[in-house]
Amino acid sequence: MKKLVFFISLALIFVLPALAAEEAGLIKVSRGMVSIERSGQKTAASAGMTVFVGDKIITGDDGSVGITLKDNTLLSAGPLSTIVLNQFAFNSSTLTGAIEASIKRGTLSVVSGKIAKNSPDAVKFHTPAAILGLRGTEFVIDAGSGEEK
Amino acid sequence: MRARLVLILVALIVISGCAGYDRVVLLPDKNLRSSALVVNSAQGEAVLDQPYKAADVYSTGRIETKELDPEAVNRQFGAALSAQPPRPTSFILYFIEGTNELTPESLPMLEQIKSELKQRAFPEIVIIGHTDSLGSPDYNDALSLSRAEAIRKIVQQAGISALSIDVAGRGSREKLIQTKEGVSEPLNRRVEISVR
Repeated sequence: MKKLVFFISLALIFVLPALAAEEAGLIKVSRGMVSIERSGQKTAASAGMTVFVGDKIITGDDGSVGITLKDNTLLSAGPLSTIVLNQFAFNSSTLTGAIEASIKRGTLSVVSGKIAKNSPDAVKFHTPAAILGLRGTEFVIDAGSGEEK
Repeated sequence: MRARLVLILVALIVISGCAGYDRVVLLPDKNLRSSALVVNSAQGEAVLDQPYKAADVYSTGRIETKELDPEAVNRQFGAALSAQPPRPTSFILYFIEGTNELTPESLPMLEQIKSELKQRAFPEIVIIGHTDSLGSPDYNDALSLSRAEAIRKIVQQAGISALSIDVAGRGSREKLIQTKEGVSEPLNRRVEISVR
């Protein structure tokens, strides 16, 4: 049993760095109650904090949050919103990459950035009922069919 | 305390659940790029290709498209839109030949750039120096970096609390104006400052 624990710990030591999430952007605006859920841990979010791939961003009933991703994509959410950044990859030399985000509930505004310009097919936004693809775009989403989970 | 929290959550389900559909609205592109959104659901597809065109997607996959006006969008999305960070932007400053000194025309732009940078919360700044094609590649690499460093110093001394400042010199590899080797070109002697 001890041996098993040891080997699992050893495996985790090697696997965890590989799973270490990539930096995707920065919170620039944070008003009211805003939090980030990262690997199961929920912490209060404030302006100046880094957003990582896999982060779930949650706003309270008085909350709103604005995020600038590394490719200049702007994401901002209104109150009572839950947004998950499922995927973000950006090559600052070729200006290509991929973005995948989900809005589980609430409102989200998007100003697309360099990835949408250079690899538009690699940009996807999911709502509970739809998948959005874009071509050089500004838009807003209300996930009205979503439920608190 | 716990009871109150539960109550709030119940209220949320009602509020967010009552619409029963997801709404997507295409907005005018401030940079005047032509833009469109493709909305896919379990039942079909809608293309939003005009500003303020909206698609309401029901959980069954049914899509209804409609035309909204700016007031309606503001009522529904005002809070999200007002939390939008400032748009990333960039500036170009030009230099006197063979030096890291700004041209007289570029000097006054510094104040404008500083005040723009000061207005931003946690700005991330990238400063990239360039040269024209006069001189050797090694000389131009050093000169372009020295130009970028000169601007970094100015930005730091202006008391801008940048979250990060990245500096690089690209020599004459990325000319704004394409020239042959050994050509003096004022528009290529520059530093580009990008801020997001």
